[in-house]
Amino acid sequence: MFNKDRWDEILEALNANKVRTALTAFGVFWGITILVLLLALTNGLRNGVTSDFGNFATNSMFMWSQRTSISYKGIPKGKRLQYKISDVEAIRAEIPELKYISPRNSLGGYQGANNVIRGTKTGAFQIYGDYPEFIKQKPMDILEGRFLSYSDINAKRKICVIGPDVVKGLYDKDEEVIGSYIKINGVNFKVVGTFKITNSQGDSEEEANTVFIPFTTFNQAFNYGDRVSWMAITAKDGFSITSIKERVFDIIKSRKNVHPDDDRAIGHFDRAEAFGRINGLFNILAIVGYFVGILILASGVIGINNIMLIVVKERTKEIGVRRALGATPWMIKGQILQESLILTILSGMLGVAFAAFVIWGMNSVLDSVGPVENFANPSVSMTVVIVALTILVLAGVLAGLIPANRATKMKPVDALRIE
Amino acid sequence: MIQIKDLHKSYHMGSNSLHVLKGINFNVKEGELVSIMGSSGSGKSTLLNILGMLDEADRGSYVLDGVPIKNLNEKIAAKYRNEFLGFIFQSFNLINYKTAVDNVALPMFYKGINRKERVEKARHYLEKVGLADWSHHLPSELSGGQKQRVAIARALASEPKVLLADEPTGALDTKTSYEVMDLIQGINDEGKTILVVTHEEDIAHMTKRIVNLKDGVIIDDSPVEQVRAKQHV
Repeated sequence: MFNKDRWDEILEALNANKVRTALTAFGVFWGITILVLLLALTNGLRNGVTSDFGNFATNSMFMWSQRTSISYKGIPKGKRLQYKISDVEAIRAEIPELKYISPRNSLGGYQGANNVIRGTKTGAFQIYGDYPEFIKQKPMDILEGRFLSYSDINAKRKICVIGPDVVKGLYDKDEEVIGSYIKINGVNFKVVGTFKITNSQGDSEEEANTVFIPFTTFNQAFNYGDRVSWMAITAKDGFSITSIKERVFDIIKSRKNVHPDDDRAIGHFDRAEAFGRINGLFNILAIVGYFVGILILASGVIGINNIMLIVVKERTKEIGVRRALGATPWMIKGQILQESLILTILSGMLGVAFAAFVIWGMNSVLDSVGPVENFANPSVSMTVVIVALTILVLAGVLAGLIPANRATKMKPVDALRIE
Repeated sequence: MIQIKDLHKSYHMGSNSLHVLKGINFNVKEGELVSIMGSSGSGKSTLLNILGMLDEADRGSYVLDGVPIKNLNEKIAAKYRNEFLGFIFQSFNLINYKTAVDNVALPMFYKGINRKERVEKARHYLEKVGLADWSHHLPSELSGGQKQRVAIARALASEPKVLLADEPTGALDTKTSYEVMDLIQGINDEGKTILVVTHEEDIAHMTKRIVNLKDGVIIDDSPVEQVRAKQHV
């Protein structure tokens, strides 16, 4: 369909009136530029807001204990719940749809009192007792060594994995970290790994000041018995944590003698729900972006439609001549359609390129002035570009359809008579 | 080459009906050079349009080179026009944004001939009409006579059976007219069948046969002594 001859024919025709072609193309160029920019800005907002969520697995919730608010089975309200390891095992046994259940305990705190010592250096760090699967829930890069393992859990090994700021605070430059020992609350731990958490905005400083040790070691070393402070629970792919969580609560309620309606006894944060709410908001924004963008694009397309009608009218005689020379109606229609298609696609591609350039500019400004609140990395995916191109192709055909039909409606003998 | 029997054509404008052709009968043999004469409104252009398949007759038969021309849809008409006919117009009708050689190559484009061959042939025909040096000029850079010669080259390019010329000298001065007629005579000498519609006596006498139309009927159809245009150039 697009051999070189056709191209020549079309380019010749478009070149015949350069200014008008350029002005017409501008309408579509502008429309697609605005469409792509709107979507990129929406994306920037979405990235900015959702990055506050960090990169914790989305289909997850955190569950911690609170005080009961309804007296039940003779126990007055106001009792503080205490989760145990056995609760974790019960949940795991009864709800196979859950992928990970990580019991967690923590100690000390970033910006708290100094709790870690190495030689003459000390620091205040967040100490977590964790299970090996925690790294699957909260992805992090292991820079050196390894993360916790189940043999550490079983043997209650005194080992730890430390964050970049812990390394900075306790070690000199070029000092070997792996294999060295640090003292946490008076207990010696061997460092087996260092990690870095990328792509987290709000808590990056806190996360960098974190020390992970095996959960069992934590409980033994710091006298926690079988207590669990809170759990990070992730559902299997294909199941939604939001729909499973009530079953988790029911298990806890029955095991802890909590009134079935006492929802305040169990504290939780459903990441999937919160994420879904925010995502839904941005999906609506994206739809608004498409809507406005396509409307603006439509005016550009109508411009092309208009110009093609004028072109056809102007070239009535030429079309008559072409038909006298043996052009079939389809050849004429094809040419008009292709002219409009190429004009639309060409100007659209320019629009996409221009929008990409503007987005690139925005990103480099953002990079140089540092992070802006609730706005990060405005970008469009390949999908958006493909959608935009599809819209352009459809628009080009639509814009050419009426003029193409008009072009062949007149009999050649009448077309030739036009002066 | 052309057989026409009892051809009728009328135009309807609102409630008025205009009977333009009222039963035309005539034949053209291969290699003839015929002029069709008549005052305006005599139906000569209508006849030429029907011969050119740009318009269809209401009644009667038309056979071109053994092929009955009837019930044409636009696609077949376009194919026949491309294969059988070459058009020469009074106002040249060159495509103004195409160079001379591209204009000449256009019918071959619709025939589906590849570009290289097209350009080669187009050059050949431009040379034949004496415009080899002008092949890359736009129509706006050519004189009237040159434009008409490009148009003639274009008409020849698809190697048609019949050339149809509608007032080919109507927009030209006498001297240029004779030059164009000289070219047409030369093409006819090579055996091409040519029909010329004209209302100029001197041009008509440069053909070999004059068909005179009046009010939609042929009132006279006779061979003439051909005046060679060359003598007047």
